[in-house]
Parts: sequence; C-alpha cells; structure tokens
Amino acid sequence: MSIITSIASVTMLAQTARTAVPYVLASQGGVWSERSGVVNVALEGMMLAGGLASVAVAHDHGPALGIVAALAVGAALGALHAIITEWGRIDAIVSGVAINIVALGGTRVVMRALYQSSSNSPSMTGFEAYGGGIVGRVVFDPLFAAALGAVVATAVALRVTRFGLRVRACGEGPRAARAAGIAVVRTRVIAVAIGGALAALGGAALAYDEHQFQSGMSGGRGFIALAAVVLSGWRAGRAAALCVVFAALDALQVVLQGHARALQDMVQMLPFIAALLALALLSRNRGHAGAPPAGLGTNATE
Amino acid sequence: MSARTATRLALEADIWTIAAGTAVAQIAFATLVWLYGDSPRAMTMLMVEGTWGSAYGIGQVMFKATPLLFTGLAVHVGLRAGLFNVGAEGQLAVASLAVGAIGAWLPASTPALVAVPLLVVVAGCVGASWAAPAALLRAVGAHEVISTILLNRVAAALVGLLLGLGLAQKGAVRTPDVVPHARLARLDRLIPSFEGSAVSTAVLIGVATVAITLWILPRSRAGREQELVAKNDEACFVEGIPVAWRRAQALLVSGALAGLASLGTVLGYKGYYEQGLGAGAGFAGLAVAILGRGRLLGIVFAALLFGTLAQGGLAINAHVPAEVMEVIQGVVIVAVALGDARIRSWLTSKLVVLGAR
Repeated sequence: MSIITSIASVTMLAQTARTAVPYVLASQGGVWSERSGVVNVALEGMMLAGGLASVAVAHDHGPALGIVAALAVGAALGALHAIITEWGRIDAIVSGVAINIVALGGTRVVMRALYQSSSNSPSMTGFEAYGGGIVGRVVFDPLFAAALGAVVATAVALRVTRFGLRVRACGEGPRAARAAGIAVVRTRVIAVAIGGALAALGGAALAYDEHQFQSGMSGGRGFIALAAVVLSGWRAGRAAALCVVFAALDALQVVLQGHARALQDMVQMLPFIAALLALALLSRNRGHAGAPPAGLGTNATE
Repeated sequence: MSARTATRLALEADIWTIAAGTAVAQIAFATLVWLYGDSPRAMTMLMVEGTWGSAYGIGQVMFKATPLLFTGLAVHVGLRAGLFNVGAEGQLAVASLAVGAIGAWLPASTPALVAVPLLVVVAGCVGASWAAPAALLRAVGAHEVISTILLNRVAAALVGLLLGLGLAQKGAVRTPDVVPHARLARLDRLIPSFEGSAVSTAVLIGVATVAITLWILPRSRAGREQELVAKNDEACFVEGIPVAWRRAQALLVSGALAGLASLGTVLGYKGYYEQGLGAGAGFAGLAVAILGRGRLLGIVFAALLFGTLAQGGLAINAHVPAEVMEVIQGVVIVAVALGDARIRSWLTSKLVVLGAR
C-alpha cells in the first residue's frame, strides 16, 4: 500500500479521532488552569498519574471506577499545583516541572509495588466497544464522548456561568478580583483541580486505549496540548481543534506502520516540529484577542 | 556595613539552604521507604554504605554529580536572565551524540591536546545550537518553557533517527568508541582508592567551569545585562540594552553548558554514546540550580546531594525501587523553592538594616 493511500483513508480519519482524545482532554485541562491564571506545565505528569490510577483501579473494580480514580488523582494533583504556586508563591513552572518529575518516578514506584515491574502494568480491558467497525469503535467509545463533552462544557462554563466568570476574573486581574470579593486562591485551586482531573482523564483514555499502563506513556502529549492552548489564544474550542491537527500527525505513525523505520522515526517528530513551527509563526503580532490572560502567572497578593 | 559582613551573611544563607535541602531529602526518603513497607533505618544505612561509606562509593557519587554540575549551571545561567531552560535534557542528548560521533570519526592518532578541546567546542556548539530555536522563538514572543520542552522530544526522536541512519556501530545502538586520547582519565589513576569507580577528571573540569562562569557573569557586560534584563526589561530597553539579544545569548550559553555535561558521560565514562546516556541530568539540573542559588558552594553541594541520591538509589534498588529518588528530587525542588523565597527576604532585610542596600 502506498503512503498516499494509507494517509487518505477512512482508517486515518478514525485513527485521528481516536488519537485526539487524550490531547483534547489535556488541552481543556490546560484551558481551565491557565484561564484562572496558573501556568500549567504539569499536564504531562497529571496524565501519567491519571493513567496509572485508572488502570490500577479498573483491574479489580471495572473501567467506570477506574475513571473515577483518575479524576480524583488528577484533581488532587491540580489542587496541589495550585496550592504550591498560590499559597507558597513559588513560580508555577518550578512546581509544574517538579510535579512532572514526581509523577514519572512515582508511577514507576507504584507499578513496582503493585506489579513487580516498573515499566508496565499487566494488560486490562477498558470499556466495551458499543459499535462495529473501526469508525464505530472510536465514535461510540465513552471517552470519545467525554472529550467532546469536555470541550463544550469548558467553553460554555467559562463563558456563561458565574463560576466561569470568576475563574476568568482571577486570570485577567487577580488583585481586582480580590478587591471585588472573589476568593482568588480558592477559585484558582478549584479551576486547576478541574483542569488536573481533565488531564488525568486524558491519561486514562490513553491507558484504556492501549489496554495497559506503560512508564512515560503520555510521551509529550501534555506538552503538545499546552502548546495548543497557547496557540489557541487560551480558548477551549480552538485549542481542541489544534489538538486534532497535532493528533492527525501523531496518527500517521499508526497508519504508516510497516514502512521504513527511518520514516517512522521522522514521523514521530512531526507533532513536535509542527507545534514549534506554529509557535514561531503565530506568536508574532498577536492581536488583543489572542493575548494571554493578563494575570497569568501573577499572584493575588503581590 | 562591611563587605565582609555581607559575604558572611551570604555564606550563612548558603549553609542554611544546604542543610534544609539535605534535611528535606532525608525526611522524604524515610517517609517514602516507610510507605513502601521497608525499614527507613535499614535503607538509610544501606544507602549511606553504598555512597559515602567507601572510597568507591564517594567516587561514584562524584561521577553521578559530574553532569549535574554542568546542567545545574546551565539552568542557572537561564534563570538569572529570567528564562527557564527546561531543554537541557535535549541539548545534552544532541551534544552527546555529536561528541560520540565526531570523537569516533577523528584519526586514531589524534593527540589529547587536540581531541579534547575540539570535542569540548563541539559539545558547546551543538548544545547551543539546540537551544537556538528556543532563543529565536523567544525573540518573536513564544515562551521558552514550551519551546525547550518540545525541543527535548524532537531531540530524543532525532538521536534515535540518526543512530539508526548510520551514526551507530553496525548491529548496535551506540556510536563506535571515541579515539583513545579523547577520553578523560579516570580519577583512580591519580588516587588509587577510587579503584573501579567511574569518576573522571571531568568532575574537576565541571567544578572549574562552574567557578569560572560564576566569576565571569557579574564581571562582564553581557553577563550583567542578562541579569538586568530579568529585573526590568523595559528600563533596559530605554537604556539601549539589546534586550532580545541578551535573552537569546543567555539561552545559547545555557544550551552550550548543558552540552558540556557530555564530558562527564561520553568522554569521562563510556567512551561512546548510546541512546539514553545522561538521561535525567537535564531535569535534575533544575533541582541543582534551585538548590544551588547561583553560588559555587551551593551548586557543587547540590550536585553532590543529587549524585548521592542517584547512587544511593542503586544501593537500595533490590529492596526499594531506585525511582523513589526521583520523587525525592521533586519534593526537594518544591521545598527549597518554598524556603528560598523566605531566605532571600530574610537576607535582604538583614542587608537593608546593615545599610548595604
């Protein structure tokens, strides 16, 4: 099969949709966190923690409870990140990098405690497929629906709800928000916890899709999702759309399996190079609409 | 207020930070071992025996600390210009591959006086070149954290690709051996009791590099302006300081220093490059920079502390996974960053009272 026909196929479309789920969920997590004013480079670590939590719990208690576990662990890590940065007044990048290091090492420690192997978990079964064929299997996956739902919910909640307005106020001007009576630290902790839960759900989606957890399996998806958030101008829908583009480049790897090794290695770099190029091209001359939240990275009490 | 008082206070702050960092690492270690279901006391004994308990162990700690001296300094050079170079990992990987490949390609008779300086330049240039896209992107307004992280992933894939495309030995996933004279001598040739440990003269080069860099930075125009840009870029712009260039320069120097860590791994240890050699040193560099606070004593100590954790992890790995040390690293980063803000404000208030500022 030639390269062109493998790329332009229904399989490729379905693969893209399937690959996009973890990216999209993580990006919505990034939107919640950063719109509240907390820089979040820890999406990657939150995905890893969520992935392992889901697999570990799903093993004995079924996939639904696995998802609950992932959400809980993600929310806890998100809250921790926000508390460290807001209460401890540490730079959010330091905290984020530390969380990533802890998550990568910690998942390996937990795996060795649970499975006597620090590289991967035993295989498990995620949600049963509700549809037939490759398209059906992707579209009727509950986590695919969850990703779609997360985008709509994030966009709507940030735009029209009272809580969403508060989150945005904390992101745009924490001091003004505080003066207006908003509990900035609490609002940020909740927003970043929601974001952490969504990123962890992305990690769970990745693990369910692979039918096991592997050390470091997020493979940079959290960072790509963060790049998508920045490129989108911190907007839910556009971030998700960009994630689908990056996911399509990622899906090429699956579709091109069986072609030359060097080609596959090159394809592996594509999402990252694309994100870098997009940053280079789109960062210049940012209009008002694409600007970051004005209070991103600043403290309410500074 | 004499300069001597200020020096003494700064030294006091160094010692407090060092003590606090060690204490946090100790507590975190004991807690994690206990959570894992093993005896903290027995594991601490095992870890101390495996590290500072013998000359071999001390040599191994110094060996593990060697790349961290370079990456810690690299991250610090970025931080003082207000930039987070989270890309030391990728800069080191690409530089290591270049050093391994070019070191092997040199004629076998190349004398050490040519080979080593040449490979140092290669390591620095390639490390800097891998920071260059981030420097460029920063100039057009893209945050360096995202771009350096993305470059890490590209580096990992690129190294695999190039090794696969012919830089590796036939049938292996590593470069051929570098020429004999390019290798840095093991310290056990000077001090026989280090027998068997992998510590090399690279550790001395590392300490010297940290000392010289920290001495030059506040004494050169470029170094001073990099720090000023971090403090107030708008004032710098008005003053005519080339703000964008100073930032780019700091990132390039940072990348070069990260690349130099390959002296400890490729030239001082293996004598070739294989994928994954030196992995983790880039991220540990952030921990070293935060604990080291841009002071010679601090950076050397921090590198030794994390070197101890890395070597100690191997000593206990049969009972408790070595990865607990990564968790400790993360905990120390946060704890020291929390404490550092307090130490700084304490030091500043003292200096204000004494009239130094």
